[in-house]
Amino acid sequence: MTVYIIRRLLYTVPIVVGVLLLTFFLFSVVGGDISQQIAGKNADAETIAEIRHEYGFDKPLFWSLDSQFIDHFRKALTFNFGRALDREKISDKILRGVGPSLSLTVPMFLGTLVLSISLALMVAFVRGSWLDVAAVVLCVAGMSIPYLSFIIYGQYIFAYKLGMFPIMYMPEESLLTSLALPVLIGIAAGLGGNLRFYRTIVLDEMRSDYVRTAFAKGLSTAKVLFKHVLKNALIPIITSVVLSIPYLFLGSLLLERFFGIPGLGSLMIEAIASRDFFIINAMTFIFSLLIVVFTLLTDICYAWADPRIKLE
Amino acid sequence: MPGLTRESNLNNSSLQPGTEEHIPPGRSLWADGIRRLRKQRLAVVCFWIIVFYLALAAFEWIAEARKWESPAFIRWNEIVGPSYQKPMVPYEWTTADGKTEIRREWMGTDFMGRSTFRRTLYGAKTSITVALCASLISLAIGVPLGAAAGYFRGWLDELIIWLISTLSTIPYLLLLMAFAVVLRDKTVFGLELRGITSVYLAMGLTSWVGICRLIRGEFIKRKESEYVLAARATGCSNARIIFSHLLPNVFHIIIIDLSLRFVHFIHAEVILSFLGLGETDKPSWGAMIDAARAELARDVWWEMTAATIAIFLLSLALNLFGDALRDCLDPKLRVD
Repeated sequence: MTVYIIRRLLYTVPIVVGVLLLTFFLFSVVGGDISQQIAGKNADAETIAEIRHEYGFDKPLFWSLDSQFIDHFRKALTFNFGRALDREKISDKILRGVGPSLSLTVPMFLGTLVLSISLALMVAFVRGSWLDVAAVVLCVAGMSIPYLSFIIYGQYIFAYKLGMFPIMYMPEESLLTSLALPVLIGIAAGLGGNLRFYRTIVLDEMRSDYVRTAFAKGLSTAKVLFKHVLKNALIPIITSVVLSIPYLFLGSLLLERFFGIPGLGSLMIEAIASRDFFIINAMTFIFSLLIVVFTLLTDICYAWADPRIKLE
Repeated sequence: MPGLTRESNLNNSSLQPGTEEHIPPGRSLWADGIRRLRKQRLAVVCFWIIVFYLALAAFEWIAEARKWESPAFIRWNEIVGPSYQKPMVPYEWTTADGKTEIRREWMGTDFMGRSTFRRTLYGAKTSITVALCASLISLAIGVPLGAAAGYFRGWLDELIIWLISTLSTIPYLLLLMAFAVVLRDKTVFGLELRGITSVYLAMGLTSWVGICRLIRGEFIKRKESEYVLAARATGCSNARIIFSHLLPNVFHIIIIDLSLRFVHFIHAEVILSFLGLGETDKPSWGAMIDAARAELARDVWWEMTAATIAIFLLSLALNLFGDALRDCLDPKLRVD
């Protein structure tokens, strides 16, 4: 087991290096020197030179002990991303956004999960009938509506027209009232794809031999579904759940924007609007690292549960 | 030899019908798949919807390139009425040459008084161009890399696997936005990346991982199959085996993946437009939905609804058709 964990840990090193190489290539080689943009159109040469020096654009790209390339790696590996274009420390900005983002995405994720798994079992219960077909078509229809339309219509109808919810997130109100609508919209928008995904998993499981045995010994469909199939389908379900945890931290770009929630999604949008490469770079690295860690955890849990994997 | 006897059998049966066992000509995978597909009425309807959208986009494209003035619906930039005219409500309008007439615009007008209907039709061109170019780029990167990795294995495979795992480690939306932000208004190799060029370039460069992984897996599986061994035994070169034996056999996987990926590109265009990274001076569905943020407060719902319906119909058709295609061409993947 220890050998497996060490091997698996070593395997993450090239991936982290790969992410850093990619972001360096993207932001420093292709993106390049943005001092002109930071300084504004009417800046004189002196200000630009100052900014170039402050952000390190005047250093050589490679081939030097003090190059931008080395800088890029050092910043990322020490988690010291420096300051954003508005002079605030990037790490402070990110830490501040995690809370609001999680309070939006965690209820949204749990709601979607519970709803789609229970609906998937129900659909599997009536598989092959017109209800099943209707459910699948509805799922596909839900997946075909743009996410943005869900949000805009939801906000327009339920908050603006009917006045059932506040239009914007208000820090002084309780989380329940100001986050209820974005959470509900997120669940509605994500239900189609998730339901179809879990239906596939459940139906895949239905074809196994043990299900045929269970039916053959005379168990009712409900018993087979909830006692046998659900337990076995838990493995792919848990995998997908664990692997989507890092995305919860990322928040929801569009929902946060529309409801004014000061999370990481909003931070990202601000960074794009002001073309702040430093924030985008830091976010990309941190979330890639988070995904690497959670993938690692999943694999180690697998190896722990199924000893055959270690030998591969 | 079995080949010869079969041929002589065929000859005999053509000479003396009824005396010999009749062997029907074999059907290819594609002919078989299309036969199955035609039996599904829903899939056929979806197919014609997709053809309609493609034809519309092609027509708009030709009309713009040739600077046609008619039919009227291609003049998306023409001012046809007052600002934010409601759909189906008659209004009086004085045209440029001084005539006053009663008109009704059945999808209303936007803030400049341009027809929403015409702008929606033009949006098909923008969206489909973006999705098509992004698909072509992702295929042009993903298929050769996947084929090379699966066929040659070894260090090349390791390298490509490393690339794939690196790219799939970065959350897709972050990756896409990073590419779109950096590529926007840049000049790369003398090519100026403006408007939708940077959009489809960013999408294409970030989305080839899925198809690459699929093709690699198929190549590893099929590399040891009899037809490849036979081709190698008769002295075919690697290039010949890849291009004329293996690729045609995985072509259906590419088509299925493409039809489902197309939807993602169309939806991604909406998100990028909303972030201000999309098309700016021509109508696109994303820009129309984005405009609704300001318009809905004034109860202008038609522009966004028109764009949403346009996207919905195309995505629904592509999704249902892609699923039907997968069931027909690759019955092993069928879920139920």
